Amino acid sequence: MVDNGILIAAIVIILLMFLSLFRVIGGPTVLDRILGGNMIGTKTTAVLLLIGVLYEDLGMFVDIAIAYALLNFIATLGATKFFLRKRNSAEILEAVLDEKAILLDGESSKEESS
Amino acid sequence: MNILIICLLFAGLFFFAVGVIGILRLPDFYSRLHAAGKADSIAAVLVIFAIALYNLQDFSLGNILVSIKILFIAVFIYIASPTATHAITKAALVIGVTPWVKGEGKR
Repeated sequence: MVDNGILIAAIVIILLMFLSLFRVIGGPTVLDRILGGNMIGTKTTAVLLLIGVLYEDLGMFVDIAIAYALLNFIATLGATKFFLRKRNSAEILEAVLDEKAILLDGESSKEESS
Repeated sequence: MNILIICLLFAGLFFFAVGVIGILRLPDFYSRLHAAGKADSIAAVLVIFAIALYNLQDFSLGNILVSIKILFIAVFIYIASPTATHAITKAALVIGVTPWVKGEGKR
């Protein structure tokens, strides 16, 4: 009974990962994409443990899940630090943000016009 | 014990589904972050607790060690996921993502 429940849970979590992939593909800003990637990484940590139970080799998959959780956290922090560091350059903002007119507030557009 | 494991698993699935519906349906970036940050961390912790309980069903020293590792993953996610959400929010504020106000369309 519990094995079937774990299998169903793993399948449903993988379907939810595909659903949150929509936000990664079509998110209006880059930060939406980072957020979707973070959510997919958290779900992957849970799915790795479920796969470990299904393959009856949990001792190996626990280590993989620990490494994946650490990597996911560090990747998110690194990506956000990148956007914090480059905040003053309008050209990089222009390259990075998809829809500039919606995202930037009045201050930065004034800088561009002057 | 089996009933408890199944309940924890499906509560975790429910919160994962709520988080995904939140990031797909809510109108702007900050509200999507609000849905994702909380629902995701509690759902991952629930699923991981279920796996730790399942692993403790046949009781031995190695299984206790593996369960302690799994609980370490739960504690780490419970600290790291709100920290990542806070970092994304700070980056969005500094870049200049404007919040949604009532009357605008969805974006």
